[in-house]
Amino acid sequence: MIRKDIQFDKKGRLRHFLTTEGISRPLITDILDYAENFASVVNKPVKKAPLLRGKTIANLFFEASTRTRTTFELAAKRLSADVININIQTSATKKGESLLDMLRNLEAMHTDMFIVRHMTSGAAHFIAEHVAPHISVINAGDGSHAHPTQAMLDMFTIRRHKPDFTALRVAIVGDIMHSRVARSQIHALNILGVPDVRVIGPHTLIPPHVENMGVHVFHQVEQGLRDADVIIMLRLQRERMQGALLPSEAEYFANYGLTPDKLALAKPDAIVMHPGPINRGVEIDSTVADGPQSVILEQVTNGLAVRMAIMAMVLGRTSDEEVAS
Amino acid sequence: MSQSLDVNSLLENITGKLQQHLQLRNISEPLMIGIHTGGAWVASALHQKLQLNQPLGTLNISFYRDDFTRIGMHPQVQPSDLPFDIEDRHIILVDDVLHTGRTIRAALNEIFDYGRPASVTLAVLVDRGGRELPFCADICGQHLQLEANQHVKLSGPEPLELKVQTA
Repeated sequence: MIRKDIQFDKKGRLRHFLTTEGISRPLITDILDYAENFASVVNKPVKKAPLLRGKTIANLFFEASTRTRTTFELAAKRLSADVININIQTSATKKGESLLDMLRNLEAMHTDMFIVRHMTSGAAHFIAEHVAPHISVINAGDGSHAHPTQAMLDMFTIRRHKPDFTALRVAIVGDIMHSRVARSQIHALNILGVPDVRVIGPHTLIPPHVENMGVHVFHQVEQGLRDADVIIMLRLQRERMQGALLPSEAEYFANYGLTPDKLALAKPDAIVMHPGPINRGVEIDSTVADGPQSVILEQVTNGLAVRMAIMAMVLGRTSDEEVAS
Repeated sequence: MSQSLDVNSLLENITGKLQQHLQLRNISEPLMIGIHTGGAWVASALHQKLQLNQPLGTLNISFYRDDFTRIGMHPQVQPSDLPFDIEDRHIILVDDVLHTGRTIRAALNEIFDYGRPASVTLAVLVDRGGRELPFCADICGQHLQLEANQHVKLSGPEPLELKVQTA
């Protein structure tokens, strides 16, 4: 059983960031506002702020990642924290050390935060439940469960283009079944008051009862994309698929791949998003991925500011003393 | 209990002193930077009165505060905006109330992340004493002697009102 309130300290402030499920709209808005501020840090010749000077952040990536790990590392460094990257593939867990023993060792090195990515759903929660009281955990993706910082950077990117969430039609296309990104996005979009969240994909890649999450299900991409303001394409998560869920990538592309023709069904000013890495010719056509409506690289840039905001909020939270001027 | 100070005459006073200061130092094209939020309001008024040609810069020093880990983040702060290159330029740094000096320390640190200015002149609306760091204003509208239970607060931006409140 996953406890959602584990994310907050006694004063209701964010201590861990594990999931977007059940967080409040004001908290999401605060994160997005802070991120707007942090976005300006990169405009300085010295792209740094001294906020987390003296803090130590450990990247624990049990599953491969380039973009997420790099942006977390860069975000931490821009906040002047020290970052250690634990290469799990060559670390002592390979020699039989248990996860909790490894955590105890990192705690003994006076680490302040763990950034965790794991192939098992619930891993970040498990770690958060077992860390010392002064340590915060950020979920950088756990199995098919959640990827909350990705969802927040997506909300940030959407808000920059479409400031009013309550007037949006958002279509999420592809492998919803295995997508922790989609789950975190759906929660965040619902909390922000998006009236029409659609998931589009073949029957085999849409989880049963997904409509209970507050989405509309489409199996025909042509119907689902109609008049959408935001289109989020998902990668086919081959590594998580068990069994024959798809006939072939070519057939998937023919049915669900985002081509200029299909894009034309959405609103003319619709934006196209993708959490990356993109598979050209599988879920998205190169013309669209590189086209004027694509904000895919903006998402990467925004990921930095959003991750800075979340890390600073979580680590800058010890007391409520009065400000001296 | 609260007592109002005449902001307009303070601004006139600072404007006169600043003009003199710039002349004396032979500074022709200064860059003005106001510290969010009150300092930016004061800077905007001074910028107008001095008829400066360069755009006005604003600084949000939240990321540079020494008490960040104690107070956490402030919501709704505008990001810093320095729409010019500060390298080798003369800067007028403006704040509303000079108190402990910690804000000025943070502001100087941030400014130096943008480059190396030729000089920084500090102008404040009022100096209320109580310094904890070795800073003093080059130009100050008024010095206030406040009791421990008193504090001074600028509200604005339109109209600007400066009040001394006694708790």
